[in-house]
Amino acid sequence: MSVSKPLPHDSGHLHVQGTARYVDDIPSPQGTLHLAFGLSQIAHGRIAEIDLQPVRDAPGVVAVLEAGDLPHSNDVSPSVHDEPLLSGHSVHYVGQPVFLVVATSHLAARKAARMARIDYQPRDAILTIEEALDADARFEEGPRIWEKGDAEEAIDTAPHHVEGRIEMGGQEHFYLEGQAAMAWPQEGGDMLVMSSTQHPTEIQHKVAEAIGRPMHAVRVETRRMGGGFGGKESQGNALAVSCAVAARLTGKPCKMRYDRDDDMIITGKRHDFRIDYRAGFDSDGLLTGVDFIHYTRCGWAQDLSLPVADRAMLHSDNAYHLPAARIESHRLRTNTQSATAFRGFGGPQGMVGIERVMDHVAHELGLDPVLVRQRNFYAPASVLAQPASDVPKDNSPENNAEPPEAGVDLTSRGAVAASSQDAAVPNAGGAQTTPYGQPVEDFILHEMTESLMQSSDYAARRAKAAEWNAQNPILKRGIAMTPVKFGISFTLTHLNQAGALVHVYQDGSVHLNHGGTEMGQGLFLKVAQVAAARFGLPLEAVKITATDTAKVPNTSATAASSGSDLNGMAVKTACDEIAGRIAAHLAKLHQLPADAVTFAEGRVHVGEESYTFEEAAKLAYEARISLSATGFYKTPKVQWDRIKGQGRPFFYFAYGAAVSEVVIDTLTGEYRILRADILHDCGASLNPAIDIGQIEGGYVQGAGWLTTEELVWDDDGRLRTHAPSTYKIPAIGDVPEVFNVALWDGANREDTIYRSKAVGEPPFMLGISVLMALSDAVAACGTGYPALDAPATPERVLAAVQRVRDGV
Amino acid sequence: MQTNLTINGTPQRLELDPRTTLLDALRHHLGLTGSKKGCDHGQCGACTVMVNGRRINACLTLACMHDGDEVTTIEGIGQPDNLSPLQQAFVSEDGFQCGYCTPGQICSATAMLEEVRNGWPSHVTDDLDGGADLTTEEISERMSGNLCRCSAYPNIVEAIRKAAGENA
Ligand code: FES
Ligand code: FES
Repeated sequence: MSVSKPLPHDSGHLHVQGTARYVDDIPSPQGTLHLAFGLSQIAHGRIAEIDLQPVRDAPGVVAVLEAGDLPHSNDVSPSVHDEPLLSGHSVHYVGQPVFLVVATSHLAARKAARMARIDYQPRDAILTIEEALDADARFEEGPRIWEKGDAEEAIDTAPHHVEGRIEMGGQEHFYLEGQAAMAWPQEGGDMLVMSSTQHPTEIQHKVAEAIGRPMHAVRVETRRMGGGFGGKESQGNALAVSCAVAARLTGKPCKMRYDRDDDMIITGKRHDFRIDYRAGFDSDGLLTGVDFIHYTRCGWAQDLSLPVADRAMLHSDNAYHLPAARIESHRLRTNTQSATAFRGFGGPQGMVGIERVMDHVAHELGLDPVLVRQRNFYAPASVLAQPASDVPKDNSPENNAEPPEAGVDLTSRGAVAASSQDAAVPNAGGAQTTPYGQPVEDFILHEMTESLMQSSDYAARRAKAAEWNAQNPILKRGIAMTPVKFGISFTLTHLNQAGALVHVYQDGSVHLNHGGTEMGQGLFLKVAQVAAARFGLPLEAVKITATDTAKVPNTSATAASSGSDLNGMAVKTACDEIAGRIAAHLAKLHQLPADAVTFAEGRVHVGEESYTFEEAAKLAYEARISLSATGFYKTPKVQWDRIKGQGRPFFYFAYGAAVSEVVIDTLTGEYRILRADILHDCGASLNPAIDIGQIEGGYVQGAGWLTTEELVWDDDGRLRTHAPSTYKIPAIGDVPEVFNVALWDGANREDTIYRSKAVGEPPFMLGISVLMALSDAVAACGTGYPALDAPATPERVLAAVQRVRDGV
Repeated sequence: MQTNLTINGTPQRLELDPRTTLLDALRHHLGLTGSKKGCDHGQCGACTVMVNGRRINACLTLACMHDGDEVTTIEGIGQPDNLSPLQQAFVSEDGFQCGYCTPGQICSATAMLEEVRNGWPSHVTDDLDGGADLTTEEISERMSGNLCRCSAYPNIVEAIRKAAGENA
């Protein structure tokens, strides 16, 4: 069977020969036009006067468009229509597209775009969290607040307390393939769009609005992306819409890609956060109550900020049972790029908050942080009563009779539900609940961390590090373990659905299509493995095809780690439908029951008889049996009220834990990761090779976020780190010298595709162990608490060393 | 201006604006889209090709500077049914995720292994005259100009080590 095997990436042969095509590699038809934006040079203000004549006169320019020239909708927002494609008179950040140049070459378009003469009337720009708070510039009417018990009382009456603040920066996606799109006008005003996007349906929706046609007139195709990481969930809209508008205007194919600097200046990034915390605990380090205040810098437009901030709140507990908790979240509006989805979608920021609390509590009590963490873990699944099998009262969106607001893109995570639903969650097993009321029924971190402590030789290495630190005044070592418990599902419940389309041809070959997109995470391969397994065929018999809105409609973004969970199940349903029809037919021919038919090793067995799959397909075809089927899947059990902060937003949790060891140079603040040991839970892995790659890549990217990746804006709101020369993503030498990654052996308790678990995002948060290891190393320099902010650049580490030495 | 290049063994006569980078000449004028544009500033390595056997960032050099030179791109390194040892190793070791950095990684590693064979030391080589062992540290140092945002680095190192071992 093709599942559970470490098969290599399906496009591997193409990648190594450079023949795998990305959007910018698709041969452009003759006469293709190229697009570039003219960008706002100020962070906030009005355009008093704009003279685009020099742009129009520049060589190669075919057309120049301003907001008023757009024929239909001027909006590329994935949520509340607050993000015009072209700015009009007011501008809200440095880099906001003001006008669009259409020219005969990419270079001509870019050169011309610089020739505009614009007079601005600047206004005060809100750049920082403090400025936004002072101006009360925010999304939603006030902070979101979720509570469990009386946190204040629990903290005040506890024998010990800590309080503090951690700031963590944002993160540039730096997908190696920049944003790109191409639109190709078709007959009758229809439009074909190729886009490097995680969300083809949203591109389709936005393009349809922009050219004033129904969605059926727009077809969006995505074969693959050169990395996405969330940065292509909504940020590709502007390019695809521009191409379609220009293609409609000129009748020519139009193509647009951002150069790297433009990409970094224009597009949104991970949200930066400040988290203020206060915690009460006993002398064993057991928490009695925690209070978090999240301040989130969302940028100028809403985009997906509300669900991102929600997910940060949802991960404020990480792996720990909080008897009482209060979480307050401010979603602040600033004159910067509109922050957007990034691997983890707010989860990592929320998790860093509680991990900081754990670290601080352990420091306060002088305990090993691992001990404090384990003591606060949720109760293990093993001690629970039998799984709660009762189906919750169905108050899912299916039973919602209210028609949604017109024009809302329902397939966007930005279409957050503003209404409250009743969301009582059954908890028959008596499991401990999260601050939002979801019982934690599948908790396996006790066993996992015990095993990791052994395999990483944690205790001995911790003792050795202490010994080393006692002897070495300059270099200090630190070691830390952090766990991950990450909730799997879209929190906007209705997005948890997927479709698939499968054809079997008369030669026995299989055409596979589904709503997920491939960005390097190996989704296409995993799903093809599922299809091959259902038909008992070798993988080569299954053709993986580009995501296409004309084949599978109304898809959700490939996001929230849900790709293989959702699409794998949809594909399974479609394959089983076809296999069932073939089986019924062959069973009838042989006068046997349908369950006497099995599919294995490229053959179809009927009792004593056996056919090749091709013969079986031919027989079915001749008997006029349809060999094509759609499949559909919706995730069960989930229900969520984001206003009350109550429900079961997640179908299940994915778990992992990492031990990282670092060494810092106390004279310069520089450091290295010496060793990392990871144990991660992918359920029954669909493809262990792919999963290990996701884990290694996620850990390194997470460590990058918290260490070297620093975004710097100047006082005028200009992003100063807009190229890899100044923005440092991990290079090959930043991988830990010793890097041991293992998969936890265990099936998903919930009925997912082959009992696997999602793996795209959770390992990212294993990188938090690096920040905590750095904190441990800094703590070895004195008596104070390091209170290390992120990214913990060498400068910050050095400053923390100073503080700790001074005993602050 | 006219520029003569030999690309993957085939002579090409190109009429180019003198400011055209080698990368744009390859991608836009010759349709060789295997070399990728990750940054266009010589900072990511996605555009790495070989000029007269030495690796170079094609985005950081002008095509006209290479009049008469031999350029090898990813398209010229192996054939579909006859992949180079490095290409094979990248497939078998899964030396990629999204694949966007892969052509650059392979071109860079191909030339890098040649540098090692020629006894060129790197910053981390202990013995300046004695050649280098291909340790992880040595490979990392020599491949530090090729970024991979997916961080497929451990498998990239494995692939290079495997190809080097088979060739030794
Ligand atoms: S594109 Fe040439 S180094 Fe990045
Ligand atoms: S595989 Fe994606 S950048 Fe290297």
